[in-house]
Amino acid sequence: MKKKSFLLFILVIALLLIYSPILILAVYSFTDATSIGFSGGFSLQNYVTLFTTPELSDMIWGTVALAFAVAVISTVLGTCGAIGAFYSKKRPQALIAVVNQIPVINADVVTGFSVCILLVAVFGMSKDTFFPLIAGQAALCAPFVYLSVLPKLSQMDPSIYEAALDLGASPAYALRKVVIPQIMPGIISGFAMAITLSLDDYFVATYTKPATFDTVSTYVVNATRGSQTSIKTALWALSTIIFLIVLLIALLGNVKKKEGRKAGAEQ
Amino acid sequence: MKYRFSRKHLAIPYALFLLVFVVLPLIVIVYYAFTGNDGKPTADNLLNFFGDPNTLGTLLYSFILALVTTCVCLLIAYPVAYALAFSGLKSKSVLVMLFIMPMWINFTLRLTALKEILTLIEGNLAFHPFLNSVVGMTYDFLPFMILPIYNQLDRLDKSLIEAATDLGADKVKCFTRITLPLSMPGVISGVAMVFLPAMTNYVVLDMLYNSTYIMGSLIGSYFSAYDWHGGSMISLILLALICIFTLLTRDNESSDVRGGSLI
Repeated sequence: MKKKSFLLFILVIALLLIYSPILILAVYSFTDATSIGFSGGFSLQNYVTLFTTPELSDMIWGTVALAFAVAVISTVLGTCGAIGAFYSKKRPQALIAVVNQIPVINADVVTGFSVCILLVAVFGMSKDTFFPLIAGQAALCAPFVYLSVLPKLSQMDPSIYEAALDLGASPAYALRKVVIPQIMPGIISGFAMAITLSLDDYFVATYTKPATFDTVSTYVVNATRGSQTSIKTALWALSTIIFLIVLLIALLGNVKKKEGRKAGAEQ
Repeated sequence: MKYRFSRKHLAIPYALFLLVFVVLPLIVIVYYAFTGNDGKPTADNLLNFFGDPNTLGTLLYSFILALVTTCVCLLIAYPVAYALAFSGLKSKSVLVMLFIMPMWINFTLRLTALKEILTLIEGNLAFHPFLNSVVGMTYDFLPFMILPIYNQLDRLDKSLIEAATDLGADKVKCFTRITLPLSMPGVISGVAMVFLPAMTNYVVLDMLYNSTYIMGSLIGSYFSAYDWHGGSMISLILLALICIFTLLTRDNESSDVRGGSLI
């Protein structure tokens, strides 16, 4: 028993260390203090600033829109790639697997820089078209979709697809009605992963984005290089909102998991 | 001739995509790294890097920073992963979720929070640039070290430990002879997930006002100066380091957790 409480103690300390900066910032986001440690009265000014300053709201919605666009493209490409590769011969399959691994282990700085140099310096493309940004982030995200779909394909019972063909389904129809539904969990977690990666990305974005466009990451990094206090504290509000959204998603996911387990137990 | 759909044709668009946006950029980098502004082949970029004490100093500084960060992460992550795996709590999945959640919050915002706290404690961030960078990177990368070690420890066959205890091994021996060796694959993938980003993620240093360069900052500065050739050489050197590192740490089912594994 003694050992158990010691292990719990470690976990509590670690969680405190991890969450205290975010939580302290969250508390201060509801005050008019301009720095942590200074006392201030209750105020929602930071939240008002966050949603009414065009610069800030443009940046937030731009980041969200970009993440969705990138995630959709990456999910389509990565899923098709995984299905195609899974049913290909050994050699092309191995080749795709190796190349797919490159963006996963490569440093994001190198990925961003190399996509930028190809599209901008070699092809002479303008960053204002958003093409380099979307292509660069897709190159970062699609391999993760591929990796999350592939295991679902190998877990699948291949005879169901064969049965569909024997019963007269065309390959395309069988793919849509048999294969896709079975690998859906992999596609969904790949999509979610692509969203997270795009939202978190600083390096690819900073090398490929149009000069006038900012994602949350690039904006925050620029804002720390000295800017108005009102912007700085408005970012505390943004951090708090994102924390609450993440917490909500985690809770929902946990409830769902429990329900799934219950349903499984009842069967 | 009518086109007949086959499942493997679906790989073609993705293969082309990888070719254009992953392979081709790397070829371009190699080409740029070994040419000068006049387009003629040259080894100047390579010599500039290895002949300049400043850039070599940067390489050394990134190496030390990454090494210290990895050790600190490991020292914190191992006990946490151990506690997660062996606490015997019913709500383990909730706890694991709590340790994954920070990965979903934008890292620049998390660093902003950390920066405010550090400023409060230290008064002025400029006094401890190296320490702050280590703290910042540890804060940023810790989940990537905890998860693979936890996955490995959780999978560990607990009856092995019981057997060892029954056969008279004490707790220390149990740990050093069974738990630790069996968790090594997790430790290795954790180290791989932390060491490389620690050499390149210069945003952590920028945000915590450490003006010393690491390898990533070099690419950033060449990029700002439109020096594609110098930047390509640094990218190539980083790629070489990543290759060596990957070859050293592979041979274990990598429990890849980047992007926040959504178990």
